[in-house]
Amino acid sequence: MVATSTEFVIERPQGWLGRVLEFARRNPTVVIGTSILALMAAVAVFAPWLATDPLFINPIDRLKPPSKEFWFGTDHLGRDVYARTVFGTRISLTVGLAVATFSTAIGLAIGLVAGYIRIVDAIVMRIMDGLMAIPGILFAIALMALFGSSVQNVIIAITVPEVPRVVRLVRAVVLTIREQPFVEAAVASGTRLPRILVRHILPNIFAPLIVQATYVCASAVIVEALLSFLGAGTPPEVPSWGNMMADGRVYFQIKPWILLFPGICLALMVLTVNVLGDGLRDTLDPRIARRMG
Amino acid sequence: MAPSDMAPSDMAPSDMAPGDMTPATARAATNGDAETVLEVQDLKKFFPVKRGLLSSTVGQVYAVDGVSFTIRRGETLGLVGESGCGKTTIGKLVMRLLEPTAGVVKILGTDITAVSGRGLRPYRREMQMVFQDPYSSLNPRMSAGAIVREPLKNYGLDGGSIGGEKQAEALFARVGLKREHMAKYPHEFSGGQRQRLGIARALALNPSLIVADEPVSALDVSVQAQVINLLMDLQVEYRLAFLFISHDLAVVEHISHRVAVMYLGKIVELTDKRTLFTTPLHPYTEALLAAVPVPDPEISRQRLILEGDVPSPINPPSGCRFHTRCPYAVERCRHEEPPLIEVQPGHAVACHLREVGAPPIKLEKRASATA
Amino acid sequence: MAEAATFERAPTPGAEPGRPILEVDDLRVHFYTRDGIVRAVEGVSFTLNRGETLGIVGESGCGKSVTAMSMLQLLPQPPAKIESGTVLFEGRDLLTLSDRKIRNVRGNEISMIFQEPMTSLNPVLTIGLQITESIVLHQGLSKKAANQRAAEMLELVRIPDPKQRLGEYPHQLSGGMRQRVMIAMALSCNPKVLIADEPTTALDVTIQAQILNLMLELKKDLGAAIILITHDLGVIAETAERVVVMYAGRKVEEAKVKDLFSRPLHPYTHGLMGSIPRLNEVVEEGATRRLQEIEGTVPSLIEPIPGCAFAPRCTFATARCHREAPPLEQHRPDHWAACWETERLEALRHGPE
Repeated sequence: MVATSTEFVIERPQGWLGRVLEFARRNPTVVIGTSILALMAAVAVFAPWLATDPLFINPIDRLKPPSKEFWFGTDHLGRDVYARTVFGTRISLTVGLAVATFSTAIGLAIGLVAGYIRIVDAIVMRIMDGLMAIPGILFAIALMALFGSSVQNVIIAITVPEVPRVVRLVRAVVLTIREQPFVEAAVASGTRLPRILVRHILPNIFAPLIVQATYVCASAVIVEALLSFLGAGTPPEVPSWGNMMADGRVYFQIKPWILLFPGICLALMVLTVNVLGDGLRDTLDPRIARRMG
Repeated sequence: MAPSDMAPSDMAPSDMAPGDMTPATARAATNGDAETVLEVQDLKKFFPVKRGLLSSTVGQVYAVDGVSFTIRRGETLGLVGESGCGKTTIGKLVMRLLEPTAGVVKILGTDITAVSGRGLRPYRREMQMVFQDPYSSLNPRMSAGAIVREPLKNYGLDGGSIGGEKQAEALFARVGLKREHMAKYPHEFSGGQRQRLGIARALALNPSLIVADEPVSALDVSVQAQVINLLMDLQVEYRLAFLFISHDLAVVEHISHRVAVMYLGKIVELTDKRTLFTTPLHPYTEALLAAVPVPDPEISRQRLILEGDVPSPINPPSGCRFHTRCPYAVERCRHEEPPLIEVQPGHAVACHLREVGAPPIKLEKRASATA
Repeated sequence: MAEAATFERAPTPGAEPGRPILEVDDLRVHFYTRDGIVRAVEGVSFTLNRGETLGIVGESGCGKSVTAMSMLQLLPQPPAKIESGTVLFEGRDLLTLSDRKIRNVRGNEISMIFQEPMTSLNPVLTIGLQITESIVLHQGLSKKAANQRAAEMLELVRIPDPKQRLGEYPHQLSGGMRQRVMIAMALSCNPKVLIADEPTTALDVTIQAQILNLMLELKKDLGAAIILITHDLGVIAETAERVVVMYAGRKVEEAKVKDLFSRPLHPYTHGLMGSIPRLNEVVEEGATRRLQEIEGTVPSLIEPIPGCAFAPRCTFATARCHREAPPLEQHRPDHWAACWETERLEALRHGPE
């Protein structure tokens, strides 16, 4: 808005607690998202204390509905769905965070160089285009067929198709930032290239990158479940949500709990990560945060 | 000599007189002509125009087309012209933020268009820039103190955390900012304060030349005066050579010693400001002066209003580039390009009608006669 | 070729000067934002007379654009909220009109020209389509008649080959040409009031002169009253008859243009005039004058300002100025100022001479 674009020097509340509370008031989505995610992380870490053995097979208690004994019921092998769901958090979080970390780290490195050095740019971007042309799921299935299914391979299979997306984002941001006068100012005052990249370009990429990382994380969680569901993901005995849903698929109409509980957890995790991503985007984007109206 | 070998020097403002602390490498070349800080000879910059899938070059933008001028120590040269005349490109060429197509840029006697990379660094110290937009020219993720200390760090002059702090403090004080401001981030400052910060950064290396590209045009009217006064004070104090680029004639007149008027990539008139503003010789200068609204309702002037728009620099008009809008253009102007000639001592103009020996024309009189 | 002209400042003949056409009373507009309530306009009143050019001058954030936009209900609500005030236009309060009725006023009886001629035009529609749209809408002309009218309008704003231009797109025109198209659009329905918000700020000086000249000539021919909003005192001095000076959402001074420039009564106006470099000063005074500075910066509009908004930057400020907001008072005929210390400012001006 015309009149409101004047810069006001806003007094921020003093003190550590005051600042945290002020932040929570301004960014409820970030705080809520972080809290739920922290809770899920805690569940994943303390899984052995929260549930019994997820692999324990007890044919007598097959397909039991939720009860006091089995909170989420049991599956066709008599395994505790609750225990499997709790342990499934580990797989989903591990895959989500690992993919987000690796793909942003690799993407950042490639994108940074591509955005700043013209010759590299042309070559790297063509390679990225090629990578993006491979369907992610097929790539994963092929990888699994070649190297066998393991959590590690799932992470690699999901990371590879995500990298070009991150590279594109980083490169686009670098191209915008390097045209900014503050970068020209740095060049004019004799700043060397490594320092320009580290001090001027990198900190200004972090905001969009973190937001992108949350979306990558959410999509990795889904893709992992999808791969497991298709039988091309984590080994079938590992309690991952995708495996559980695959197991429960057959019984869905008569024993819905086997599929329902991991499904709800999966949806909740993806939703939380996406909400967090949206919140971070609004918070970290200085244009939205600083300007009002 | 590597810049990091340079001894850190005391940067208290009073000690910052030019010539005291700059390394001999950079100053040595000035022996020939101690006074000239910047010399630009026949500078050209063409940007290729690319079209189509294969980005084939279909033409050139003649952004700067053969410009020459000099600036001495302690002097301000104002570069004035309308948008697209190439004034900003000249600033960037001088700063070597752009590579010139042709021509020579001499800083303290050395042609910097011939050196690059590492060799350029000693010369970079000698020239600093103040940018137009105080918002985008400061890294939003760096504190004010870090922004001002960065040039010092680049040349190993920071002197550690305490020494660097001290130097930054002195610079802050000099541009009218407080010590407490050092920990703040750009968004916490007002436009005027940000521009002070930009000036402090430019001063940090104690340069010989400052290129200021529209330094006040993004500021509020009531804040402009603060920054203009600051720039003028600093110039006198440090005997800086100033290249002051602006579209605002009143500001240019106020701050400059000499003024160059540009039109479509060329200088059309260059002289001291008093002569330029009292007896302009080029019809474009005359029209430009007449177009500026005067903040005094008592003055009801006859004004010369130029018709038409500035032609595209991709296909500039033949002959004199101003002939399409010039009320006095004759046949010769359409074909033959007028050179920039010193028609009176210290007064150069590029106009066939003003050549030595040409019949004198009272341009102003003729203009008002058509009213 | 060149033409020499003097800006015509006189009221439009036959337009019954002095009869108000637009009356703004106690307009108060606030923005509800994450950071707090921005008090963008705080009780602004002024009158626009028939056939008159009224200048509103002030820096960015003084509320001049918000005032103009809120008169035509052009501000998104929320975040904006009109807290109080009336805008009387021919007996109707524009602020209480329904959506449908205000659309009938916009572009028809009251038109607006904005600063940025590129973004005010739709890049994917031809010039002709954009002009005829409002003609068809408001005047009920047929497509063919509207096209004819559009061509006439382009001719009126001196665009060469108007017929051909109608089929062109905004990016094919220069900045000056686009602003001419904007003026043609604004005038196409014979508005009674034309609001021009920084119409020449984005243009080069030689083009600015063309556009200002054109606006004032057309005003004379068509008899519209103009509200000219700008930060440029030079533009105000050359075009306006009466001037309203705004600061931090308040009106601080109002006077006829000559009175304002010869004897500003508010320290802000006075300071502003001293702070701008002027052409030909060297010639008159021999040496360059040091510009008068106004210390500090524009205040935050989020904190309520109990006293005079300019007090923190004012050299005349007393304790009372910080405490009590000065009312707008008539100090001389048709010359109003909101300042407790006007006498001291006057004394200073006459003192040293």
